[in-house]
Amino acid sequence: MSAVTETPFEPTTTTGRITNFVDERVGGSGMLREFGRKVFPDHWSFMFGEVAMYSFIILLLSGTFLTFFFDPSMAETHYNGPYVPLKGVEMSVAYSSSLNISFEVRGGLFMRQVHHWSALLFVAAVAVHMLRVFFTGAFRKPREMNWVVGGVLLILSLAAGFTGYSLPDDLLSGNGLRIIDGVVKAIPVVGTYISFFLFGGEFPGTMIIGRLYMMHIMLVPAMILLMLVIHLFMVVIHKHTQYPGAGRNDRNVVGYPLGPVYAAKAGGFFFIMFGIIAFVAGFFQINPIWNYGPYDPSPVSAGTQPDWYIGWVDGALRLMPGWLFNIPMEWHIPLPWGTNTLSFNVLGPALIPAGLVFTALFLYPWIERWVTRDNREHHVLDRPRNVPTRTAIGVAGFIFYCVMWAAASSDLIATHFQVSLNDVTYWLRALFFIGPIVGFIVAKRVALALQRKDREIALHGRETGRIVRLPHGEFQEIHAQLDDYKRYKLVGYESPVPEEGIPNENGIVTKKENLRSKLSSFFFEDRVAPATPSELEAGHHHEAVEAGDDDKAITH
Amino acid sequence: MGNHSDGTPTSSDAVAKAGHDEVDKFQDPGLAPHRLRLADTDPKAAKRAERQVAWLFIISIAGTLLFFVAYFGIRLDDTFGTLRLQNTFLGLGVAFAMLGIGTGIVHWARALMPDHEVAEERHELRTEEDRLAALKIVDDIIDETGIKRRPLIRNTLIGAVALAPLPAIAIFRDLGPLPGDSLRHTLWKEGERLARDPDGTPIKASDVTIGSAFHVIPESLNSLEHGKLNAKAKAVVLLMRLDPQDLNPSEGREDWSYNGIVAYSKICTHVGCPVALYEQQTHHLLCPCHQSTFDLTQECKVIFGPAVRPLPQLPITVDADGYLVAQSDFHEPVGPSFWERG
Repeated sequence: MSAVTETPFEPTTTTGRITNFVDERVGGSGMLREFGRKVFPDHWSFMFGEVAMYSFIILLLSGTFLTFFFDPSMAETHYNGPYVPLKGVEMSVAYSSSLNISFEVRGGLFMRQVHHWSALLFVAAVAVHMLRVFFTGAFRKPREMNWVVGGVLLILSLAAGFTGYSLPDDLLSGNGLRIIDGVVKAIPVVGTYISFFLFGGEFPGTMIIGRLYMMHIMLVPAMILLMLVIHLFMVVIHKHTQYPGAGRNDRNVVGYPLGPVYAAKAGGFFFIMFGIIAFVAGFFQINPIWNYGPYDPSPVSAGTQPDWYIGWVDGALRLMPGWLFNIPMEWHIPLPWGTNTLSFNVLGPALIPAGLVFTALFLYPWIERWVTRDNREHHVLDRPRNVPTRTAIGVAGFIFYCVMWAAASSDLIATHFQVSLNDVTYWLRALFFIGPIVGFIVAKRVALALQRKDREIALHGRETGRIVRLPHGEFQEIHAQLDDYKRYKLVGYESPVPEEGIPNENGIVTKKENLRSKLSSFFFEDRVAPATPSELEAGHHHEAVEAGDDDKAITH
Repeated sequence: MGNHSDGTPTSSDAVAKAGHDEVDKFQDPGLAPHRLRLADTDPKAAKRAERQVAWLFIISIAGTLLFFVAYFGIRLDDTFGTLRLQNTFLGLGVAFAMLGIGTGIVHWARALMPDHEVAEERHELRTEEDRLAALKIVDDIIDETGIKRRPLIRNTLIGAVALAPLPAIAIFRDLGPLPGDSLRHTLWKEGERLARDPDGTPIKASDVTIGSAFHVIPESLNSLEHGKLNAKAKAVVLLMRLDPQDLNPSEGREDWSYNGIVAYSKICTHVGCPVALYEQQTHHLLCPCHQSTFDLTQECKVIFGPAVRPLPQLPITVDADGYLVAQSDFHEPVGPSFWERG
């Protein structure tokens, strides 16, 4: 050991000399020693985060290409390109340059489609990644802060999507901006001013595209990049979570070393994703702006749809009734200086559902930690079935989201299925309230049923499908016992019982503690305990007895 | 005991107890034994995997070549056919180039690189020793600044830091003009002719047959030098002719129509989309964005959807030449509500 440190290293090859040069100046060998063989657990559901990161990289690459040709000016021009139906039509320079990218820049249309498809995929991957983290309990200590960073990334990805969506200044995205303007104006006191500052005067003005462009290509991606770095930095500090199984616990991390296997798989996956996006961009048209025409406040096409990730807010706007049993949802408030207008029919659906979802999302790790009083570090994930109440809460939230999302396509649902648009809206309004409750109950029951199934398999083995007839005439299905490794996966979880309120130092159970105890009951009361060795032992014994008993039928 | 866990677990003492009994728990058997792959034991299989990986890389090279063929080989001739063709083959080329590399590397990793799972210890995020040392450093730093002993410095600093960002907010004041009363006025004024959108030709009352509908702009809109879209965003109007018996004008609005011809703002009172769909049979106007539905026979009262207020009506009449003209501007602000609307 000492001999090695005392003799200065003499590189012999060219590569050796270059790496040594770097190493002597920045200390790369220490880093390589730390990370070169860092262990990463492997599971298909860990890919969603990778998908998000890789689609972001593809967005940066394709987006940079597009900036070389796009001109965000809203100055008026007359189209003079090859697309005949729009020849001579008055339009903004932004729209005209988007057409130019599509029709005259070779590969421009391809890059636009790559960019748009990756954007849709990016937001989807962030969202699905968060669902994975939620349902497996990966947000628990010590990862709560990283969960919050993830939530911020979700919001930023929505912002990136929306600011980009409006840039081509086509009819469809212009109507989207018009809706934003309407929502902004509904904000009490400052709404009108914010609208005028945002658009540089009255809607649509001549400023908004340039301002959104700056946010889209600089501010928002820079913030995403910053958050991404923080996110990954924390992943390195915490090391990755792992699914439960034999040999895996909260003190270790089991998986493949970064070099070579994990790096190869993850790196290869980037190219696979790029390939899939390129394939989709080559074959499936998206956002054909030339069909929509330039923005004009007068026309609108029927069946307009926002990009999928904005759908839930748009759907909430559609679901809100303007009049509730002859009570208007817009109120005129008499104030000393005159009457002011509060447009709850716009403000309510625009802010309340999204506010609820994001507040619940950000606070959930702390709420669960308080209710369960679980302040331990967790590195082994929960299988969703093993925490039925959390899983049910997640499903309820997901359905709440999906009802609003479906509402954004209420008109298309009506035309495709030949049903009344009004009925679709009424049903969705009912589902908005009932859906999450039903989803909660069903998800919880399904989780409990799956847990019981796990117990059954752990104790009695799996069904082999082989029916044997015993000498005395009885038919029996042979069950094959699991090996220890597979069984441990089914039984290696915790199932705490609800907690009574704990008195404080004065011997009093405070109201807050009482509430916590009630929530603890809510969280844990329907529980299935993991199978135990003594049950397994009893089961073996019992089967042996039953197999020899002529009178009893086997009821497995 | 024959019917083990089918009952409700909460009602089963045996089950509830089982979870609490720390002794009666399955012990972790440790990592499952490693299973060798075919390529680990059979050199032929390993060689085959090697060739497969190489082929995938060759497919990638072919994909890149395909990209160049499509980029330089397909001439865009201003038709959709060539544009689509080029786009498709650019996509295919890049897809093969990328998928070849990706699947090749992943196949290489899965079939040929070692697939032994290894376990690594997690280390503590912090030690108690670190925490105490860090605490001491913070205490020392605070002590050395003397900020606790010198409240004058502290308080003036808080004041300065609280005020310093204000210019950064104020400097954004010129993002836009103040609203003033601009939201209350449109291009419409007494005698302004109703013209077709978008060409701006004025409409004669005799052109409007029963059941027809026109998208309307003020005649002077197209001659505006600046702010045409801004003006249009407020002034667009829908013109329809109904049987005069179907109109039920309220008091004071009896003369706002002409021969059953009525004009209503096209800007939805919900969030401002154009209310572009006219159901001729039911006399309903439908906004395609959020499905607010307005009933023409009840002065565009909201009968469905999220809007609250009826569409504002533009009072119209005819001029000496028989052209439809506005009697005045709208009597209320058009479009979505805002705080100062009153």
